[in-house]
Amino acid sequence: MSHSTLAVGPPEKADLRFGFIKLTDMAPLAIALEKGYFEDEGLFVELEAQANWKVLLDGVIDGQLDGAHMLAGQPLAATIGYGTKADIITPFSMDLNGNGITVSNQVWEAIKPHLPTGEDGKIQHPIHADVLKPVIESMAKKGESFKMGMVFPVSTHNYELRYWLAAGGIHPGFYAPHKGDTSGQRQADAFLSVTPPPQMPSTLEAGTIHGYCVGEPWNQQAVFKGIGVPVITDYEIWKNNPEKVFGITREFSEKYPNTTIRLTKALIRAAKWLDADDNANREEASKILSQPYYVGADYEVIANSMTGTFEYEKGDTREVPDFNVFFRHNATYPYYSDAIWYLTQMRRWGQISESKPDEWYFDIARKVYRPDIYAQAAQALIAEDYAVADEFPDFASESGFKPPQDDFLDGITYDGTKPTNYIESLEIGLKQNDTL
Amino acid sequence: MTSTTFQKPRWFRWPISGDRLTNIVSTITLPLIGLALFIGAWHIGAQQVNTSLGTFPGPAAVFEQWQNLIDEHQSENLRAQAFYERQEKRHERQLDKNPDAQLTFRDYNRRPTFFDQIVTSLFTVMTGFLLATAVAIPLGIVIGLSTTTYRAINPIIQIFKPVSPLAWLPLVTMVVSAVYVSDDPMFEKSFITSVITVALCSIWPTLINTAVGTASINSDLLNVSRVLSLNWFTHVKTIVLPSAIPMMFTGLRLSLGIAWMVLIAAEMLAQNPGLGKFVWDEFQNGSSNSLGRICVAVLMIGFIGFLLDRCLLLIQSRVNWDKTAISR
Repeated sequence: MSHSTLAVGPPEKADLRFGFIKLTDMAPLAIALEKGYFEDEGLFVELEAQANWKVLLDGVIDGQLDGAHMLAGQPLAATIGYGTKADIITPFSMDLNGNGITVSNQVWEAIKPHLPTGEDGKIQHPIHADVLKPVIESMAKKGESFKMGMVFPVSTHNYELRYWLAAGGIHPGFYAPHKGDTSGQRQADAFLSVTPPPQMPSTLEAGTIHGYCVGEPWNQQAVFKGIGVPVITDYEIWKNNPEKVFGITREFSEKYPNTTIRLTKALIRAAKWLDADDNANREEASKILSQPYYVGADYEVIANSMTGTFEYEKGDTREVPDFNVFFRHNATYPYYSDAIWYLTQMRRWGQISESKPDEWYFDIARKVYRPDIYAQAAQALIAEDYAVADEFPDFASESGFKPPQDDFLDGITYDGTKPTNYIESLEIGLKQNDTL
Repeated sequence: MTSTTFQKPRWFRWPISGDRLTNIVSTITLPLIGLALFIGAWHIGAQQVNTSLGTFPGPAAVFEQWQNLIDEHQSENLRAQAFYERQEKRHERQLDKNPDAQLTFRDYNRRPTFFDQIVTSLFTVMTGFLLATAVAIPLGIVIGLSTTTYRAINPIIQIFKPVSPLAWLPLVTMVVSAVYVSDDPMFEKSFITSVITVALCSIWPTLINTAVGTASINSDLLNVSRVLSLNWFTHVKTIVLPSAIPMMFTGLRLSLGIAWMVLIAAEMLAQNPGLGKFVWDEFQNGSSNSLGRICVAVLMIGFIGFLLDRCLLLIQSRVNWDKTAISR
């Protein structure tokens, strides 16, 4: 595609239906609708809550939905044919961070005495997963297994939870799709399984799982209801990690190019509004999201994390100003290196069962992540004075690869241009030439 | 009543006789007493239950949510109005720029409120039920008239009858997705899925009861038909149908009850628009109002189910000339 600086033509399809899961990070969609940004682009959008990630993805693939708020891993997994085979692309990254890991009260009671405290008597963060080892061992003696919930096999949450566990020396288990084993529990010390986000607190309460990794408001909900304690946010596992994306089928983007650019424009404006003036609009956003047809959780619960604070143990509220980032740090730009990180994790845990050359990672990333569409949308916004150029990467020189990132919990550096090296550098997990 | 009644003095006369009074008392007050006891027990019981979404809602909380739902419906109507006003303004601007501009008029994408969902569910259930009826009654008559057909088809009926709607749902969804493809579909896929699932589950009681009703016609009537050598069509119309109607309606009432139940389950599972989706969405919201709103929906589902049953009873009493069938 060429970078045309011409005004975007009228939308080929004006009535759109987008799916979302009831999570705080669907905010750009709700804001683009409520603030009339979609309408400004001549788009009339209906937002429809979906039961779970699978239903949402199927809805986009078979055309019931025109697009959806997706897990970053979903378009990638669909493109490489893990789970479902379909060509899904993303022109827009929805946000950074926003997840947490919560453990049940019993687990918290067991690990709390062993946690180092700072001078202020508060527990030192980040909490590393190795404190769980005695818990897992004592459960194993009783013949029980330590179970944790995450939201989807190719979700950010799954990879973050695995990263955190593995960094603490706890094996989260391998996938072996070539042997028909998609449980992800081979050789596991901690057994991970899928639970839909809204059911996380009730599943934890029922004792079916002993902890979970999920987006907001479901960690704060556990604190509010007094059924669990969040131990770490994903911001502490990997600072400013990419979280959700907006996914559409490649067919849609080719059939309706103007519509695609226009919806991207509306979403960029919404993201900008969400981060404007140091999060000044977050309270209003939380009010909007607490409506029953959007996220629907209580305003206080949503506002808790949206307004830059995070409550760990009851009463232990700390400032996490970047807990939800929607626009700062080029959060909305679909970086190839973000896509490649997910692919490396799929390889690391066996979802990609054979070794792949570096080139393969680059190809898939280019296929799925579409900064070219983003650039056209951003340039149109700049031309219309809705945005200024220095809010975006320099499109002429941007390679799509972030410089090597070392903001990981375990200090390992990730360089998106060397996926194979990165996989080799991780302690627990499949290496380049391993097959199960 | 015993015959040794107390003789009332002449000046002491009830305006209505004692028997009728007891009757009125029992038809009006007893249900009221039952209701009052239930509400009292609910009010007290609810306070004892502490869920992770707060205490279980009592009658007062549920009533409050009912009012909230009405308010939300009204505010959605206001939003729709605002949308049309904005559209008008846009059109005016366009016409100012260019008097011959092509104006596009579009409808507001309503966010389905509780009451919209009720309408959706009712429409879906009626469609599914009518579809099932349209298949079940003719098929039931054919099966009932011939023992051979009945024996051939019976095993199939017996196997499919107990299948839960939730088991059908994935199959139906996939088939509808694959088969029902058009650029400008008349109905939503989700609607078709719900309708077919409802029909598949609610077809059996009508089918079986129609077949049994048809098969068990009084032999005198059959002899009359033979003597008059009625042709097949007249035979069915004048002899078979009237005698099968009571059984048919028994089947229809069962079917409609099942259809309503199945629909709610299907909507919950497949996230198809309707009351079931409303319940599931609220459950997922997990706000402090959620349980109250779900209670409103539960009461509404029960009330609508009851009304649907009564409607069929009413129709039955109109078309049924077997007055001995007691309507329960």
